[in-house]
Amino acid sequence: MMEKSLKIVVLAKQVPDTRNVGKDAMKADGTVNRAALPAIFNPEDLNALELALVLKDMAPGSEVTVLTMGPPRAADILRDSMYRGADSGILLTDRKFAGSDTLATSYALSRALAKINPDVIVAGRQAIDGDTAQVGPQVAEKLNLPQVTYAEEIVNLTEGSITIKRRLEHGFEVVESPFPLVVTVNASAPECRSQHAKRVMKYKHAKTPSELQALNRDYISEATNNKEYLNIQEWSVADVDANDVELGLVGSPTKVKTIENVVFQAKDSKKLSSSDADINELMVELISSHTLG
Amino acid sequence: MNNIIVYCELENGIVADVSLELLTKGRELANTLGCKLEALVIGSNLSGIEKELALHGADTIWVADNEELAPFRTLPHTSITCGLFEQEKPQIALFGATSIGRDLAPRVSSALHSGLTADCTSLVIGDHKDNKSGTEYTNLLYQIRPAFGGNIIATIINPNHRPQMATVREGVMRKELAATPGLGEVKIIDCSKFVNDTDLVVKIIERQIEERKINIKGAPIIVAGGYGVGSKANFKVLAELAEVLGGEVAASRAAVDAGFSEHARQIGQTGTTVRPKLYIACGISGQIQHTAGMDQSSMIISINTDPDAPINKLADYAITGDVMSVVSKMIKSYKQNSK
Repeated sequence: MMEKSLKIVVLAKQVPDTRNVGKDAMKADGTVNRAALPAIFNPEDLNALELALVLKDMAPGSEVTVLTMGPPRAADILRDSMYRGADSGILLTDRKFAGSDTLATSYALSRALAKINPDVIVAGRQAIDGDTAQVGPQVAEKLNLPQVTYAEEIVNLTEGSITIKRRLEHGFEVVESPFPLVVTVNASAPECRSQHAKRVMKYKHAKTPSELQALNRDYISEATNNKEYLNIQEWSVADVDANDVELGLVGSPTKVKTIENVVFQAKDSKKLSSSDADINELMVELISSHTLG
Repeated sequence: MNNIIVYCELENGIVADVSLELLTKGRELANTLGCKLEALVIGSNLSGIEKELALHGADTIWVADNEELAPFRTLPHTSITCGLFEQEKPQIALFGATSIGRDLAPRVSSALHSGLTADCTSLVIGDHKDNKSGTEYTNLLYQIRPAFGGNIIATIINPNHRPQMATVREGVMRKELAATPGLGEVKIIDCSKFVNDTDLVVKIIERQIEERKINIKGAPIIVAGGYGVGSKANFKVLAELAEVLGGEVAASRAAVDAGFSEHARQIGQTGTTVRPKLYIACGISGQIQHTAGMDQSSMIISINTDPDAPINKLADYAITGDVMSVVSKMIKSYKQNSK
């Protein structure tokens, strides 16, 4: 147990489930048409949330805030986080963010993080819609913080430092870093704890201001009366003091030149059945051509 | 002239294969552009390291040699790389898409505000016209990669920011000695100019690098299973076929995600790229995410219940049928005929 409590922010992303992609997944400008796809909590961000909650267990009194940048419906993953143990959520949302590449995204997130000023920033290693693993390190650089990537486990925690085991391609490394820092979490880290029934009851009416506006006011005022924890904060570009020219398509150094749907050049392939004769003939042919053996 | 710089990473003092592969590709790009190819090596005890790099085409070798610089740590390597890039203004910078390159390159791109494309499967020089402004660009780096779960192939460019940065996974590019070796001129980097004490705050307490036990990259024959294999138990039958044939068993991303096989055996854009003499694809539909890692195989056999599975278009032999039954017949037939 540690005396010091930590201000922890988890960076999470709601992602299109790339395992279920339809034909209308891309827009004409080459950006993703997120509206056409089922949206899920990015898997490694759940590992990140778990690591943050473990940190909170180790340092009682710590607070875990989940920050996500995305469209209004991304508030879903903030509620999910609260059901699992997060204390609060912040939705960074603005039309000006649309079309941001990883660098513009990390700029926007770093502006929001500068406003929060956390001791530890935890993010999933990468998101399944891009698989780039860039945003964590890019945020760390923008905030001039050390980074520990591919984290698997917290080995030790003291007042001034955190010791983390990180997974490498062919082994592991244990590193010690001072606070504040950015940690990115690997899929091999422990899975996130489940939603807790009591927490679901407590937080199911947590809403962003935009969601509240769209709902029946009487019902809401009754549900949220004097319950500050049910307010999910919603921050715009202006709220985080970000510079428009660093955001969206304009603020993104990388441009999508072309997008091609995948079409294979058909080879002159031999069609075989699964009959004993066909398989046997193939194996004999492969052996005699020395492809096998 | 703005040159191409390849960040060369080290494994126990030896230049990593992925870096030599990038030098080979970098040499080709440098020849197209008429510029020099430069290597950047950051580590400790690096004397003599330039020889191999020159043989793979490096004209200039930037060396930052200090005991604090090995093993790799993010901050000092970032400071040196950024410092050198600001000084030399390369037009292109390439990194391995490894646990080092994917840690370092985004940090550098963020500091320099230059665009970075991850896990490219192809790098080509080409022109571009911006339709809105009418601006024409010549000799840009086309950074080509499957995107969005492998359902599309995207060509990414960085028209206005330098360096144009990309990472490439090990095995994606070929590693070859240059037709004519590079000049191999060594230039020593004064580390004290770029690295300060705050870059050394993260300490490495322990480090264990395991021998590469699973070697699917070097296997002459690969039996790969997809989600269609159905279970971990069925994968054991695939492993049996691989063993009988003297090969290794591998898996698609979907099969690894489903827990049928381990990540070290994953083939594809987010796994390993292989070029075996025989690739047997079992119950693999053939998303580009997967085929990017195996389409250079000398011979491809596909086994699938769906006669129209995309992978069949790559296959030399397309067997329509149940994977488990076909694989069992192959094992039996091979045992009978190979004696």
